Amino acid sequence: MSRAVGQSRIAETFERLRSRGELGIIPYLTVGFPGRESTRQIVPALVEGGAAAIELGIPFSDPLADGATIQRSSQVALANGVTVRFCLETAAALRQLGVDVPLVFMGYFNPLLQFGLERFVSSCAEIGVDGLIVPDLPPIESDELAGLCRQYGRDLIFMVAPTSTDAHIQEVARQASGFLYCVSLTGVTGARDRLDEGVGPFLARVRRHTDLPLALGFGIARPEHVREAAALADAVVVGSALIDRIGRAMPDRQAEAARSFIEWLRSPLTSSTG
Amino acid sequence: MTLEASPRPISQLPDERGRFGQFGGIYAPVTLLPAIEELIDAYREARQDPAFQAEFERLLRHYVGRPTPLYHAAKLSREIGGAQIYLKREDLAHTGAHKINNAIGQGLLAKRMGKPRVIAETGAGQHGVATATVCAMLGLECVVYMGELDIQRQALNVFRMKLLGAEVRPVTSGSRTLKDAMNEAIRDWVTNVRTTYYLIGSVAGMHPYPMMVRDFQSVIGHETRQQMLELCGRLPDAIVACVGGGSNAMGIFYPFLEDPEVELHGAEAAGEGIETGRHAASLTAGRVGVLHGSKSYVLQDEDGQILEAHSISAGLDYPGVGPEHSYLKEIGRATYHPVTDREALEAFQLLCRTEGIIPALEPAHAVALAVRLAAERSPGEIIVVNLSGRGDKDMHTVAQALGVSL
Ligand SMILES: Cc1ncc(COP(=O)(O)O)c(C=O)c1O
Repeated sequence: MSRAVGQSRIAETFERLRSRGELGIIPYLTVGFPGRESTRQIVPALVEGGAAAIELGIPFSDPLADGATIQRSSQVALANGVTVRFCLETAAALRQLGVDVPLVFMGYFNPLLQFGLERFVSSCAEIGVDGLIVPDLPPIESDELAGLCRQYGRDLIFMVAPTSTDAHIQEVARQASGFLYCVSLTGVTGARDRLDEGVGPFLARVRRHTDLPLALGFGIARPEHVREAAALADAVVVGSALIDRIGRAMPDRQAEAARSFIEWLRSPLTSSTG
Repeated sequence: MTLEASPRPISQLPDERGRFGQFGGIYAPVTLLPAIEELIDAYREARQDPAFQAEFERLLRHYVGRPTPLYHAAKLSREIGGAQIYLKREDLAHTGAHKINNAIGQGLLAKRMGKPRVIAETGAGQHGVATATVCAMLGLECVVYMGELDIQRQALNVFRMKLLGAEVRPVTSGSRTLKDAMNEAIRDWVTNVRTTYYLIGSVAGMHPYPMMVRDFQSVIGHETRQQMLELCGRLPDAIVACVGGGSNAMGIFYPFLEDPEVELHGAEAAGEGIETGRHAASLTAGRVGVLHGSKSYVLQDEDGQILEAHSISAGLDYPGVGPEHSYLKEIGRATYHPVTDREALEAFQLLCRTEGIIPALEPAHAVALAVRLAAERSPGEIIVVNLSGRGDKDMHTVAQALGVSL
């Protein structure tokens, strides 16, 4: 499918998902976890398993929006010597390996600031990383990065949470591009047994303010969650549950574990659409 | 850069977005934004409410024991043979440190906002003790996050917090000290934001904390100013305070910001020496970055990962610093100096010996800097040191450092 001029890979992917009435699965993976080079094996397997896009986590020493699993994967990655530059190199390698789904970096602000915001965003453009999520950069602080993302044609993806006011959601919807990241619960990342009860009303509230695709993240861990989310959102982001799964697998089985985990999550979707 | 470069008087900062020049701001996860806005509004209202101010002042006077004395350390001054040293005796405040001033202010605010649960981070345990104390007095539930390493170093304060009815949660992630306790407190806040008030213990964190904590602590500087005028009929030539997150320093500096003739000096923990890399001197050896919600000087590696801080004093063992200090450094209004563990220990003993006052290890850094500055000045000059806390909590650490087994 060819991209309309000026249309981002992210927009195109969501359009395709919508036209098929399909929920996208977006796995999150800390770069350089469990091994420094693991990401290059695991991401192609995630795509094979049916991932609609990939979130690549840039590790940070103090991930204050993350629960125990991603804290630990970040520490492992840092111990493996993962840097911002290495994350960019990894993304470039994935593109060379033929990974063609949207790639989105998720990283805390300070490492990006130290790397140099323009240097970072321009590298993303060069490599073909399509978007950025910065969990500790609310709209009020994001002018510079948002400007750079516009300049280099990248999507800066904003988050909204159940605690967000309507005014905040409106403001974010006005600035956002790509998709809106809807935090499913009031809390930090980490696999949960069930979806928060408030998810339905929350997503309906967000929907009233925007036509942008909505990705639901935090806590998503099981096919039941996926089935529930399919009626509410355009995609789900799955992080901690995937990382737990990969972390438990033997090194030579990690890619396979990742692929089968995505297939398992997608099972309610594939069985209903045939 | 000159002072005139500032678009408004420095005492009128931060701006509406919580900025002190390029520093400060609100770098917070989206879940917290409504709570932060609510806090900004609640604090603005409280500040303008005479009843709130009256209650704050009543408790400072009758519960904390304010005003704390401004004491002329004549014997210490003679021994140095330079400027006259005055000590602002925050060590005599209830719970033994300045931290109680802020804990009372924010505790009253939590109560006013109808939040039944209070969380706090603590390093040395002084802020944890102050928060536990205020929660006991106001009838609020209290959870204190404390790094596992600090729990070992400050066992006495852990016991005090428990006696006061607080739950102390050990933090095992990262360096297991103050910065990790703060991460964990922020995670708790993100999770329980609807019911929970986060009572930050220093002028760090996202807006409005640096401003609010400074305002509550500025009672130290206001009293000092008045006491100085009463005792000596003039303002001091210099003010010296230790800087961890920077709250006792901002508290005593703030009312003097617009008096350019009063020098402001901060003592940062140089640990085993700046050159060893084992220190906590963010302003001396850090770079501008973002940590715990604000932009400020931060100890970090080339890749923007936050480094562990090192200091003999648990209360200074923090890789960041309040954004207002970064601003004061940038515009040249205040000067920040590294003071090593060893210098602090020497000053600690000097003050014990000459004045019969056992300081906490944190302000022992300020005493060391004051001694250094005083030695080069004439006896007609006046230096005020913020003696931010007493040393009882540090007896084990000091004994160990001096090779004494208790
Ligand atoms: C007695 C005392 N002084 C100073 C500090 C450092 O904090 P700040 O720089 O915020 O005053 C602490 C922190 O625990 C303390 O207990």
